[in-house]
Amino acid sequence: MADSAGRTGERGSAGRVRGALAPYLMVLPAGLWLLVFFVVPMVAMVSLSLQTGDLVDGFRQTFHWRNYTDGLHTYGDQFVRSLWYGLLATVACAVLSYPAAYWIAFRGGRGKTAYLMLLLLPYFVSFVLRTVSWKLVLTDDGPVLGPLRGHGILPPGFHVLDTGFAVVSGLTYNFLPFMALPIYVALERIDPRVVEAARDLYAGRAGAFARVVLPLSLPGVFAGVILTFVPASADYVNAEVLGGPGDTMIGNVIQSEYFDNGAYPVASALSFALMAILLLGVFAYARALGTRNVLEAAGR
Amino acid sequence: MTTRTRPAPARRGTPRRRRVDGLHAYTLLLIGWLILPVAIMIAFGFNDVHGKQNYRWEGFTLRWYAHLLDKDDLVTAVVNSLTIALLSTLLSTVAGTLAGLALGRYRFRGGGATGLLLLMAISCPEVVMGASLLSMFVTFGLPRGYLTILLAHVMFSIAFVAVTVRARVVGLDPAVEEAARDLGAGPWTRFRLVTLPMIMPGVVAGALLAFVLSIDDFVITGFTSGATVTFPLWVYGSTRTGTPPQVNVLGTLIFAVGAVVTAVTARRGARAPDHSRAW
Repeated sequence: MADSAGRTGERGSAGRVRGALAPYLMVLPAGLWLLVFFVVPMVAMVSLSLQTGDLVDGFRQTFHWRNYTDGLHTYGDQFVRSLWYGLLATVACAVLSYPAAYWIAFRGGRGKTAYLMLLLLPYFVSFVLRTVSWKLVLTDDGPVLGPLRGHGILPPGFHVLDTGFAVVSGLTYNFLPFMALPIYVALERIDPRVVEAARDLYAGRAGAFARVVLPLSLPGVFAGVILTFVPASADYVNAEVLGGPGDTMIGNVIQSEYFDNGAYPVASALSFALMAILLLGVFAYARALGTRNVLEAAGR
Repeated sequence: MTTRTRPAPARRGTPRRRRVDGLHAYTLLLIGWLILPVAIMIAFGFNDVHGKQNYRWEGFTLRWYAHLLDKDDLVTAVVNSLTIALLSTLLSTVAGTLAGLALGRYRFRGGGATGLLLLMAISCPEVVMGASLLSMFVTFGLPRGYLTILLAHVMFSIAFVAVTVRARVVGLDPAVEEAARDLGAGPWTRFRLVTLPMIMPGVVAGALLAFVLSIDDFVITGFTSGATVTFPLWVYGSTRTGTPPQVNVLGTLIFAVGAVVTAVTARRGARAPDHSRAW
């Protein structure tokens, strides 16, 4: 029988002190590290986002709120495009990975682990290299499109690289596991007897799926949407490698404002705005669907 | 039996694998799509290419494997990536395990806030994390380089390790440790002989995750690197002039090691009692 008193600490007075201090001592290194390298940088970024100046003369705090309004005004298109591409990639990930996750979870049998591994195998190639390889697939005279074009299967004007489609396809390719895994986990947890019960109660196949399996797997989809949408819409590598000049996302802008233009305050304002928009989106989404559902699924 | 394109949740009474069903074929197709770029990457590591652009097949060669270490700056980048990944795994695993253990085991003031902080660190977009670190380094005038990359990598890995370990701790039966105490084991002995072995799968999983996150990271590294170059940064830089086949070879080797480690881990996991369905 588990004794709940034992979980909270030691018995005896010396032990009680140690027991009370223990969690703090244990959290201290990680907490301090996150404080110094996560919280303080965020504060520094917010502060920098309100400053004026340049690289040569340095930056001064002037509470220049126009960094935000000007930044959002100038780069509104990129903001909208980022969210739009992120949304498209998220939907594509869900649509593409759900049937496969379903098959592996319910029909994979003994090969379940093997199939899941095969699905995740490409992600052992580093992110940048994977994107470069995907570019090779989409290159006009590359090893895939080249022969197709040579045999006249593709029309001569056919072109993928440097388009929005190429960027979204890259985002979909790169972030698919963030969607596939939570969906798989949710499906895998469904007790097959529940499905059998639905069938015994004269639900057709489609009915059993729509009214039993799908609702039970939705927490996985919800978690997958957050896990995919946030990194996909904040990404800039795919737009840089696969997209053309008209396909840049807000990440590209932030990156080039920092490194090419040295416009640190505007870049800080943009990236804080990006975080605020994504956080608000996530919270609104979680509220709409029920916080418990989403957080529980995401925290797994 | 009517043929439906809808996924069928239950197919009772019919012999398994009577036909390759549509969903099975689809799953294989999806896997094929995901693997295609990797296969091309591996193949072009064997390409007997002579120009700078490596995207047309010019014949088979092993010379890129033989001349793997010819590019000094690429070797430096790989060594940087590996040492940073090892150090950051070590540091983040120790700190993250302690935090995960405390959060999973104790209820204490600030525990909820710490959990929220971890969740924020995990869900924060990378570009924002990178930008904020750069803002801090600029504000305080700290030079960027190897050390700042390491500090950043430990930061984003800690949260993942802590969450992984906490998940493991929450599932443990506290009675086991109480039994150890009742049998006279002190705190340190209990930790070493009872708690640590029990949470070990979580610690190993967290450490592997930390290693992969670090060696693969591009965005945060780009913001904190200064003049130091890691493998992903080098690859990214090379896309403008043409990626040399050595990059494909290195990618293939890293891929092979990762795949083998996972296969071994998966096999070990498979030996544990199987909860898969028998229908």
